Amino acid sequence: MPSNGSVSDAPITQFINCRILRDHKLQREDLWVREGRILDPEKLFFDELGYADERVDCEGSIIAPGFIDVQINGGYGIDFSRVSEDVSGGVSFVAKKILEHGVTSFCPTLVTSPAAIYHKVLPQVKVHNGGQHGAGVLGFHLEGPFISAEKKGAHPEQYLRTFRSGGVQDLTEVYGSLDNVAVVTLAPELANSQSVVRELSQRGITVSLGHSVANLSQAEEAVQHGASFITHLFNAMLPFHHRDPGIVGLLTSDQVPAGRTVYYGMIADGIHTNPAALRIAHRAHPSGLVLVTDAITAMGLPPGHHTLGQQVIEIQGLHAYVAGCSVEEALEAASLHPAQLLGISHKKGKLDYDCDADLVLLDDALNVKATFISGEEVWRKEP
Amino acid sequence: MIRPDPVCSDKKLPALSTFCVFSFQESNTSSVQAVRCVLKLTMKLIILNDYDQASEWAAKYIRNKILLFRPGPSRYFTLGLPTGSTPLGCYKKLIEYYKNGEISFQYVKTFNMDEYVGLPRDHPESYHSFMWNNFFKHIDIKAENAHILDGNVADLQAECEAFEEKITAAGGIELFVGGIGPDGHIAFNEPGSSLVSRTRVKTLAKDTIMANARFFDGDLSKVPTMALTVGVGTVMDAKEVMILITGAHKAFALYKAIEEGVNHMWTVSAFQQHRQTVFVCDEDATLELRVKTVKYFKGMMHVHNKLVESLPQEPKKN
Repeated sequence: MPSNGSVSDAPITQFINCRILRDHKLQREDLWVREGRILDPEKLFFDELGYADERVDCEGSIIAPGFIDVQINGGYGIDFSRVSEDVSGGVSFVAKKILEHGVTSFCPTLVTSPAAIYHKVLPQVKVHNGGQHGAGVLGFHLEGPFISAEKKGAHPEQYLRTFRSGGVQDLTEVYGSLDNVAVVTLAPELANSQSVVRELSQRGITVSLGHSVANLSQAEEAVQHGASFITHLFNAMLPFHHRDPGIVGLLTSDQVPAGRTVYYGMIADGIHTNPAALRIAHRAHPSGLVLVTDAITAMGLPPGHHTLGQQVIEIQGLHAYVAGCSVEEALEAASLHPAQLLGISHKKGKLDYDCDADLVLLDDALNVKATFISGEEVWRKEP
Repeated sequence: MIRPDPVCSDKKLPALSTFCVFSFQESNTSSVQAVRCVLKLTMKLIILNDYDQASEWAAKYIRNKILLFRPGPSRYFTLGLPTGSTPLGCYKKLIEYYKNGEISFQYVKTFNMDEYVGLPRDHPESYHSFMWNNFFKHIDIKAENAHILDGNVADLQAECEAFEEKITAAGGIELFVGGIGPDGHIAFNEPGSSLVSRTRVKTLAKDTIMANARFFDGDLSKVPTMALTVGVGTVMDAKEVMILITGAHKAFALYKAIEEGVNHMWTVSAFQQHRQTVFVCDEDATLELRVKTVKYFKGMMHVHNKLVESLPQEPKKN
C-alpha cells in the first residue's frame, strides 16, 4: 500500500462495495470518512494527494445515515419518565441498546409528569454525542403536560396543565431548565399558547402539536408562531374532517409560511395508524414524514405488565409495517427528515461531505448489519 | 460536402500507407514482437463496427502497451489522456481490466490534454471532475502522478510552462491518447492553431463552445470561453499517438484529417507527420472516407488485432 500523502495524520477510511443514500438516491459510490466526518475524496485526491488508510468491504450493503428517533419513551425495562436513582444511567442503557436498530441519535421522551419529576430528571441528562457508549442524545422531547384533557391518550390526567400566565413562567415552573430540551409537544388550543410557541421557537426548541383538539386555524396559527412538528399524526387529535381537517390539515395547508415545512411523526407499526391512512399522509406530504418509534419501557421485553410514566400498561407483542414508499424515501423518513425537523441537517441525517459519519449498514430487507457513530463501528450483528 | 482535389489520381494509394520493410530478424518468435517490428513507423487506421468495440480495442491497446513496457518504481509509463464523451467507453474498459487484476496504474503517470480556465475545480463539468469520476477514483493511480492543468492559478502562462517541464521531467510521453473535435481540433488546438504549438492559453472557437454547451444545461453563456491546452507540438513529441474517433458527426473531420493534406485548419492532420499514430474509429466515423481507404484498412484488421490479444500471464510485479 503506498503511504498516505494526505496533509493530516488522521486515518482515512474508505467504505467500498456499497450503495449509499445520497441526493435522495441509492448510488453505487464509495464512502470516505476522516475524523468522524464524511470526506470528499476528490478534494483529498487533488488537493492533498491522499488515499485511504483502511478499506471496509461492505459486501453490497446499503449505507444510510444513522437513524434519528425523536420520540422514544424508554425501552428494555427503562422508563424515562419514572425517576430512578440513576436517570442518566437509564438513558445510557437505552442509548446503547438502540444501536442495534441503527439509531445513532435520539430524543429521550418524557410523558406528562408532575413538575417534581421534570425538575429532577432534566438536569441529569445533557445533550451529548454518541459513540461506543451508545446513541447520541439530542435533547429531551417533553410530551405534555400542556395538552388537552380530551386527548390525553396514555397520559395521566391529574398532571395535565394549562398556561396560567402564558409565556416562560409556566415553562420554568413546570420544567425547570430548558437547556437540554429539543422538542416540546403541546396543544395549541390552550389559552395563552401562542406566546409560549413563539418563546420556545426563538430558543431553538422544536414545538410540536399533539394530544390536542385544535381545529385547522388554531393549528395554522401555531405554525405561524413557529410550531413545526405534529406528534404522532392521527393519534390523539381530532380526526380528519372535510370541513375542518384539524391538525391533519397542516399537511396540505396553504397558511404555512414560505420556506418552512411542517413535519409529522408517524408510528408505522400498523397498529397506531392503518397503513392506508399512513399512505394518504405520505402521498399528501412525502417530504414531511418522520418515522418515530414512540417506544415504551416494554420495547425489547417479553409480553406482560409494564410501566409508562405514572401508569401501568400491558403489551402483547410487536408489529412493524412499511409505508409502501420507495426505499430511499423510507430511509430519509428515519434520518434526513428528523434532522431537518431539529435543524441539524447540516451535520446529521445525510451522507454529504463534512456531515457527521453516523452510519447504518443495511441489507436489502433493511435489516441492520452494523452501526457507526462518527465513523467508528459501535455495533455489528453477529454472523 | 467538398470532394477531394480532382488533380489527385484515383490510382494513387492512400497517403497513409507508409510501411517499413518487413523484418523478421528477431530470434524471439513471439508473434507480438514480430508484429511490433513490422508495424513501427506506420499510420494505422483501425475500424471497428461500433462504439463499444472501438472503445474495447483502444483500451486493450493501452493495456498491452503498459504491460509490455513493464513499469516499475523507477520506470513509469507516461500516458496522455483526453476527456469528452468519446473516451468514456475506453475508460470503462480500462477500469474493468484494473478490477480484473489484468493491469495496475500504480506506476503510470498521466498528463491530461486540457482544462477550462476559470471553472472551479470541483465544478461537475471541470476536467478534474471528469477524470476523477470517470477514471481516477476507480483505479489505483497515485494522486501525485495524475497531472491536469490548473485553470484557476493567477499566472496561466507559468502554469503552461510548468506543465511542459513536468512532461520533460517524466521522460516524455510514451502514448498520448486524444480525440478529435467536429472541427478537426486536437485538444483545444482550434482551427488556425500553430502545428508546432506548445501548452498555452487558448480562446475557444464558437464550434467548440456550441459542442460543449450540452454539458452546461444547453446555456452557451455558461460555457467557459478560455482553456489551457497542450499544443499540437506537445502531442507530436509523444512517442506514440492514439486518436479515438467515433460517430457520424466526426466523419467529416476524420476525412479532413487523413485524406486531405496537413493543414492548420484541421489540426489533427498534423499527425500524418508523426512516426507512430493509431486512429481508432467505428464504422460511422468512416462515412466520409473513400471506400478504397476503408477497404484497405479493414483488410488489415487481422494483423492489427494481434496488437490487442491478451498477453501471456506474468507473475504480478509489486
